[in-house]
Amino acid sequence: MSFVFYILAALTIAGGLAAMLLKNTVHCALALTVAFAGLALLFLNLDAQFAGFAQILVYIGAVAILVVFAILLTKGSETPKDGVFSRSWLAGLAIAAAVFAVLSWAVLQSTRVLPHETAVPEVTVREIGVALVGRYVLPLEIVAVLLTAALIGAVIVAMHEKVGHEKEEFQ
Amino acid sequence: MTPLAGYLLVAALLFSIGLAGALTRRNAILVLIGIELMLNAANLNLIAFWRYGPHPEALTGMMFAIFSIAVAAAEAAVGLGLVIQIHRHAKTTDLDQMNRMKG
Repeated sequence: MSFVFYILAALTIAGGLAAMLLKNTVHCALALTVAFAGLALLFLNLDAQFAGFAQILVYIGAVAILVVFAILLTKGSETPKDGVFSRSWLAGLAIAAAVFAVLSWAVLQSTRVLPHETAVPEVTVREIGVALVGRYVLPLEIVAVLLTAALIGAVIVAMHEKVGHEKEEFQ
Repeated sequence: MTPLAGYLLVAALLFSIGLAGALTRRNAILVLIGIELMLNAANLNLIAFWRYGPHPEALTGMMFAIFSIAVAAAEAAVGLGLVIQIHRHAKTTDLDQMNRMKG
C-alpha cells in the first residue's frame, strides 16, 4: 500500500461524500467532478492508462457538464426550504451502512485468497485497439448501437412537444 | 492488507456513499449522481481485479470497464433527459412530491 494510494483514496472518498452531503446542488456537481478525477487517478495508479484517460474524457468532460446543464435547466441550484434529504433518510442510511458492512466483511475475510500479482502489466493502447476490433468487435458494435439509440432517445424524451399546440394556435 | 484489498475497500465505501445518496436525497439529479458513483465504484473493482489478477494481458477486466463506462454515459444522458422532461411537466425535481404516475 503506497502513500499515493492513500492520498488518492482520501480525495475520491471526500469528493463522493461532499457530492452527497452538500446542500447546494451546483457544489454537489463540482464535488462529483473531484470524485471522478480521483477515480481517474486511481485508474492511472493501477497502470490502466487507457481506462484512466477514458474516465477523464467521458466523466469529467461529458457527464459532469451534462449534470451541470441539467441542474441549471431545472433550477435545481435553489436549496429547498424543507431540507435536502428525503423523509425516509434514516432507512436509506441504514441500508447503505449494512451494504458497506457486508462488502467490507467479505473483502477482509478473503484477503488471503485474493490474487496478488506484482508484475506490472505491459499493455499498450495499440493492443487495446487490436483487441477492440478483433476479439471484442461484437460488443463494440452493440455499444455503438446502444449509444446512438440512447442519444436519440434522450433528445426525443427531452424535446418540447409543441407541434399540436402550434396547430391549435393557428386555427 | 494487500493492495487489491485496499482498492476493494475504497470501491465498497464509494458504492455505499452512492447508495446512501441515491436513497436519501430528494433532488432527482442527485439521485442520478449517486447512481453514477455506484457505477464508478464497480469500474474501480473491475480495473483492480484486472491489475492484480493472474492474466492481465488478456485485457478482460479492462474491456469490461471500458464498455461499462460507455453504458454509464448512455444511462446518464437518458436519465438527465427524463429529469428535464419531468421538471417541465411537474415543475419540480423533488422526488418526495412525485408520488403519482398519472399526469
